Amino acid sequence: MSFQVVFLWSDVLLFVLIAAIVALILWARRQDALRAAWGRVARDGMAMAAATVLAAFVIIGLLDSLHYRPRLDARPGEPVRYAVEVHSALDALLSDLRQRSEKTYSAPLATHLFAKEALENSTQREFPRLKHGGTHLGADLANHEFDIALRVSRGCAGGVALWLLLTTLWCRLKGLELLAVLAAMKPGADLKVGAGDTAIGAEKNVATGAVFVTLLAILLLLGIAVALGGGYHVFGTDKVGQDVLYLSLKSIRTGLLIGTLTTLVMLPLAVLLGILAGYVGGWVDDVIQYLYTTLSSIPGVLLIAAAVLMMQVIIDTHPDWFATSAERADARLLALCLILGMTSWTGVARLLRGETLKLRELEFVQAAQAFGVGRFAIMRRHILPNLMHIVLIALVMDFSGLVLAEAVLSYVGVGVDPTTISFGTMINTARMELAREPMVWWSLAAAFTFMFALVLAANLFADAVRDAFDPRSSA
Amino acid sequence: MLAYVIRRLLYAIPILIGVNLLTFALFFVVNTPDDMARMQLGVKRVTPDAIQKWKAERGYDKPLVWNAAAAGTAAVTDTIFFSKSVRMFAADFGRADDGRDIAREIATRMGPSLAIAVPTFVLGLFVAIAFALLLVFFRATTLDFTGVVLCVAMMSISGLFYIIGGQWLVSKVWHLAPISGYSGGLDAGKFLILPVIIGVIGGIGSSPRWYRTIFLEEITRDYVRTARAKGLPERVVLFRHVLRNALIPILTGVVVVIPTLFMGSLLTESFFGIPGLGSYTIDAINAQDFAVVRSMVFIGSVLYIVGLLLTDISYTLADPRVRLQ
Repeated sequence: MSFQVVFLWSDVLLFVLIAAIVALILWARRQDALRAAWGRVARDGMAMAAATVLAAFVIIGLLDSLHYRPRLDARPGEPVRYAVEVHSALDALLSDLRQRSEKTYSAPLATHLFAKEALENSTQREFPRLKHGGTHLGADLANHEFDIALRVSRGCAGGVALWLLLTTLWCRLKGLELLAVLAAMKPGADLKVGAGDTAIGAEKNVATGAVFVTLLAILLLLGIAVALGGGYHVFGTDKVGQDVLYLSLKSIRTGLLIGTLTTLVMLPLAVLLGILAGYVGGWVDDVIQYLYTTLSSIPGVLLIAAAVLMMQVIIDTHPDWFATSAERADARLLALCLILGMTSWTGVARLLRGETLKLRELEFVQAAQAFGVGRFAIMRRHILPNLMHIVLIALVMDFSGLVLAEAVLSYVGVGVDPTTISFGTMINTARMELAREPMVWWSLAAAFTFMFALVLAANLFADAVRDAFDPRSSA
Repeated sequence: MLAYVIRRLLYAIPILIGVNLLTFALFFVVNTPDDMARMQLGVKRVTPDAIQKWKAERGYDKPLVWNAAAAGTAAVTDTIFFSKSVRMFAADFGRADDGRDIAREIATRMGPSLAIAVPTFVLGLFVAIAFALLLVFFRATTLDFTGVVLCVAMMSISGLFYIIGGQWLVSKVWHLAPISGYSGGLDAGKFLILPVIIGVIGGIGSSPRWYRTIFLEEITRDYVRTARAKGLPERVVLFRHVLRNALIPILTGVVVVIPTLFMGSLLTESFFGIPGLGSYTIDAINAQDFAVVRSMVFIGSVLYIVGLLLTDISYTLADPRVRLQ
């Protein structure tokens, strides 16, 4: 099957972001101060566990950012055409989940639909069997629970096997003993494993054990999900019969994009204006301060709502700008990031201005001034590097708040495009069904659980980064 | 003090003008009234006549900032900018799409909003400070650690979850309070109790952790050591000395919120069906009633500026050493 690769704007930005992070890591490895700070993060077991979870989310998000349009079957002689739908690599991996849709709601791991229907050749209304969930059981439903237990244990076994494979490989590569790494996890245990040989000496401070244990948990869940997902809908299906697990996995990309791109679009502006206001002073300072006081005096939600409403008008009156609906949804997602960024850069700018005011009076800046270094050179070479920890802390601290905000904004009606799969749209559509009797709880539960895992991991990681980089809090 | 307040109020004027210009640009320049009409009328019914009618109904058929056809001052006053934006300074917000007067609507909806927001705010602040003091009292113990972990976990849960979960558990399973609704007078109590409790619980995540940091910073100061050295029990040290000195950073974050309580909470009000300003805003956003959204943006920023002023004044009350000049 051939296909046409599609680059959505958000994909491009996301890959630029990843490239920037990789470049930053390579650069930071050579800086002693940065290495020391990141070393503090790496020694923190909680932070490394959180980072592992985040990495799993990021991998899913990246897979979901490789977009393509499959080629349509055409008779020989016809021109080549591509489908209107835009799929991602994740869609291709999960094509089973995506295509096996039911008629409407079904509970997690169910074999029957949630609503009664009149069956053919019968006057009674019954719960019809699902088209895909549990069909392998045939008529023998007594085996249902046994089958689930069997699949769960098979999934666990697969997960453990994969984990053993990965961890042993890693340890072999680094010359470590797997058991020794895990034993070092015990509270109070000294990380100096063995007789202080060099290989362990290099690695002893990194909380490898925490990473391994978290990885085991993730792989176990993955194994169970794969084993169960082959025959059932693990989290049930939603109103139009789509698999909720599939929706939850697709939501991750939206959450990650909003959490990262928002801060990214606002950063250059905040850094530039913050430093300018703090260093140049005078009327420049007045104008910039006026700008951010005015913007920040408008309650955030209202400014976002107003801006999103206006953006909707623009998108709706210019349908010719977008080739596919995916592109339109993507443009709307980016616009939302831009709007969120415009409303939230004020806080960072204010912080940076205050810090620049302090730095401006320090000896090294005055020395540079005395040597006749230009204003902009001072700002770039002497002020900016000393502000980077604030920027980094703001980046990681804002992430979780933005992921949560997306859900609220989608509920208010000013969030992502309704066709974009996100935690917010999932919650919004599922919310109505709570009133049903019996309750349809699984879409909500799945969305909240995934969101909780993502945000909790982000919060824990952000805390560790702040503690490592903020000179005040380490005291 | 009075001179300071007056000067601060004068400072507020350029900011409000800025907000006003920004909303004007956002609502009338980024998209022309024609675009808005086309969007609201839908593709099928768009005819030049319909657009004209839509604009005339809302008073959007005037020139934007300069009416060349009118004589004298009317050249300035008979424009969209003057009639829609400048008049907001005189609390004249015009009419919503359903024909009702926005200012009047705001006045009647303020009550229910405050009925929810004030108890939530007061109780929430009390609980947050009490919880933070508890953690500081048992600092560096398992209780402290568990409390902090609990805060991080609660902070990571979506606000929507607290509301949906609370409604389901309390109203649907336990049948303790009505799921949603509102009535005036004393009856309001039974409708208010659930949203207030959920609001307080939902707020536990973020503020106590922040207050705890403030208290911990304060607790290493010399005056605390002196207080302990002269034999004061830890309880007295915390409540009488640390709490009062930690008030300034706490006030910074808290007082600024007080005036915006008028605006109500978007989520709580819409989930619980409370006819306050929050649900008014949400309805306006969903109905794309631009006039209402514009008015709420303006009122919101006025209240925020009042909040900043109140913050400064509260400093002098908390700490007599602070002088406003």
